[in-house]
Amino acid sequence: MAEKKNHAEHAHGEEHLREKHLMLDPLPRGQMNAMVMESMHTTSWKFWAVFGLLAAITAYGLFYSWGVMIAEGLGVAGVNRPAYWGIFLVNTVFWIGISHAGTFISAILRVFKAEFRRPFTRAAELMTTFGLVQAGFSIFMHMGRVWLSYWLMPYPNQRMLWPNLHSPLSWDLLAITTYLLSSTMYLFLPLIPDVAMARDRSTGWRKTFYKILALGFRGTEGEWTHLRNAMNIFAWAIIPVMFSVHTIVSWDFAAATRPGWNSTIFGPYFVVGALHSGMGAVIMVLAVVRGTMKNMKYFIRPEHFEAIGKLMLIISMTWAYFFFNDYMVQWYGGDKWTKQLLHFHEAGPMGWMWFVMLIFNVAIPWAVLWNRKWRSTPWIVFTVGLLINVGMWFERYIIIPISLSINRMPFTWRLYQPGIEIPLGIGTLAFFILLYMAASRLIPLIPVWEVQEGQMAHELKKYGRETVVTVSELE
Amino acid sequence: MDIKISEVKLSEEQAGKWGLVIDQDICTGCQACVAACAMENNLSFVGEEDSGYGRSMHWIRIERFWEGEYPEVKMTPNQPMMCQQCGSAPCEPVCPVFATVHSEAEQLNLQVYNRCVGTRYCANNCPYQVRSFNWRDYERPEPLPNQLNPDVTVRRRGVMEKCTFCIQRIHQAQDQAKAEGREVVDGEFTTACAQACPASAIIFGRVDDPESLVSQLGRRSHGVKHLEELGTLPNVTYFKGG
Repeated sequence: MAEKKNHAEHAHGEEHLREKHLMLDPLPRGQMNAMVMESMHTTSWKFWAVFGLLAAITAYGLFYSWGVMIAEGLGVAGVNRPAYWGIFLVNTVFWIGISHAGTFISAILRVFKAEFRRPFTRAAELMTTFGLVQAGFSIFMHMGRVWLSYWLMPYPNQRMLWPNLHSPLSWDLLAITTYLLSSTMYLFLPLIPDVAMARDRSTGWRKTFYKILALGFRGTEGEWTHLRNAMNIFAWAIIPVMFSVHTIVSWDFAAATRPGWNSTIFGPYFVVGALHSGMGAVIMVLAVVRGTMKNMKYFIRPEHFEAIGKLMLIISMTWAYFFFNDYMVQWYGGDKWTKQLLHFHEAGPMGWMWFVMLIFNVAIPWAVLWNRKWRSTPWIVFTVGLLINVGMWFERYIIIPISLSINRMPFTWRLYQPGIEIPLGIGTLAFFILLYMAASRLIPLIPVWEVQEGQMAHELKKYGRETVVTVSELE
Repeated sequence: MDIKISEVKLSEEQAGKWGLVIDQDICTGCQACVAACAMENNLSFVGEEDSGYGRSMHWIRIERFWEGEYPEVKMTPNQPMMCQQCGSAPCEPVCPVFATVHSEAEQLNLQVYNRCVGTRYCANNCPYQVRSFNWRDYERPEPLPNQLNPDVTVRRRGVMEKCTFCIQRIHQAQDQAKAEGREVVDGEFTTACAQACPASAIIFGRVDDPESLVSQLGRRSHGVKHLEELGTLPNVTYFKGG
C-alpha cells in the first residue's frame, strides 16, 4: 500500500516537472510548428485597434513633431543655457540601454549554454534592433542642423574635411553603427531556420517574403554546420561590442569637464544601468507576449520569469553597488561644485526624482524579487520591470538635464523644462511598440528549432525510483 | 595627387596672442559693452520670453552677485564674462565635425558657423558657459537689417556662436598695416566692447608683446584668470579689489 502511494507520488513528480519546464514537455514537431505559425497569423480587432492607435501616435508624436522642430528650430524644445542637452539625450541613452538586454540575454546565455534562454532569445534580440532605431531617432532629433548630419561620417570630399575623431560623439557614431549592424546580423542568423520553416508552410506574399529571408535554407547538414559556426562567432564577438557601446556612451559624459560627469566609474556604471533597464524591458515584453499572443502560454512559462527575475535581482544589486561607489567617491572628493550638485540632486526642486529613482531601482526589486512565487508571477514582474524602467529613465534625467543645471558659473544656473521633447519621446515609445507588434506577426517570435533542439537534448530518466533530468550535448 | 595637410599642433602651452584685461572695480555695469557687441557682431534679438528662459544670445554678459543674507546684503563688483579664448580649450576636442577649432594665426578659438551641425557638446563642455546657440531663426524686422555689419556672418538656426574677440577688426587692422608696410601698433584698434566701455574697464591688446598696455596691466599682482585650475589657459585677466 505504502509502495503504491510512493509510486503515485513519483508519477505526480514527473508530471509536475513536465508541466513546469518547457524543455521536458516536448510536443510533436509538426504540432509545434503549427502553433507558432498560428500565433503569427492570428490578429484580433484589439490588435488592429492598438496598432492603429500607436501608428497615429507615431505619426503625430514622432514625424509631425519632428518636422515642426526641423522647420522652427530647437526653440520649440526645452533645451536652454545651461541645459544644452535635454530629454533627447536622456532618450538616446535610455533606448541604447533597452537594446542592451536583448544581446545580453541572447549572447551571454547562449555562450554559457543556459537552457532557459531557448524560447525567448528572439524576443530579446528584436528589442535590441528596434531599441537602437529609437536611439537613432532620438540622437538625430537632438541635432541643431540634422540635415547636415552626414558630416559626421568620414566620406571622401574635395575639401578634405574629416570628422574629428577626438570627439566622443564620433566614437559614439562608430560604436552604435557597429552595434546596430552586428546585432541585426545576430538577430538574423538564428532566424534563418525558422523562416525556412515558415516558408514551407505559407502561401501567397508571405511565401515570397519568407523565401527571400530564408536565403534558400533547406536544412542540410552542411548548412547547419555553417549556421552554428556563424552563430557561435557572433555570440562571442557581440559581447565585447555590447560592453564597448555603452561604455562609449558613458564617455560622452565622463570625458567632459563638468562636475558630476567627470567620473571614471561611469563606464561600468552605465553598462550595468543599461542591463538593469533592459532586463526590465525584456520581462515586460515577455509578459505581454504571453498574455496576448496565441499559444504562447506553452512556450513562455513561469520558470522563465523566475530565471529572469533572479538575473534582475542580481543586476539591481550590482547597479546599487556602482551607484553608491560613484556617489561616495564624488562626495568624498569634496570639490565645491560637485558638492553643490549632489545637494541639488537630493534637495533641489527635482529632488523627488532622486528618491523615486532609488526606490524603483533598488528598494522595490529587492523587496519583491527575492520571493520565488512573486518573481514567477507575470503581472508582478511586469510591474517591477516597468518601475525599473521609470527609475532608470529618471537616473538618466538626473545625469543629463538636472546635472547640467548646475555648473561653475552660478550666474547661468537655470532649470530645464521639457517642451516638444515630450510628444517626441512618446513617439519613439509608440514606434518601438509598433515595430515590435508588426514583427511579431511577420516573423516567428519563438525560435522553434532552438526549442526543439533543447527538448531533444533533455530527457527524464529513472534510476531506481528517482526521476532524474539529463541533458546531452547536441552541438 | 600631392596635397600637404598642415600639421595642427594643439600644444598645452600656447602663449596666446590677443587678450583682454578687465578691471571689475571700475566697471559700472552699464551694459554698453553688451549693446556694442550685439551691434558689431549681428547678434539676434531673441525677445523677452526666450531671454528669460536662458536663451539670450549675448557674447558678453555682465554677471552680478550678492553676498550674505538679507538685510546684510553686499553687492560684489560686476563681472563681464565672455569667451576666454582658452589656450587649451575644452570646447575644441569634443566637436565631432571640427566646427570649433583653434586658429594658429590668431591663437583664438574659432567657431566655423557653416560647418556646425548643432550637437551643442562644445557648450556643455565650456566651463565659462559663454556659448550661445541659435535656438530659432529670430526675426529682424525692418529697418533693423540696415544695421547689420557686412563684415560679420549672419547665423541661422541650429548653429553655435560665441565671442570672437572681434576677429573682423583684427583682420582689418592687419590688412591696413600690411598695406602701409608696417606692424600693427598697440591701441590702433580695439574690440567693440572695449571701445564702448565709458570707464575703460575693458582693455584689449597683444598679450605676447610685453610692452603693450594689456601686458603691462596684466602684470599687476592681483590679476585673476577664471577657473585657471582646470588648465584651460584663458587669455582674459580680471582685477578686483585693488
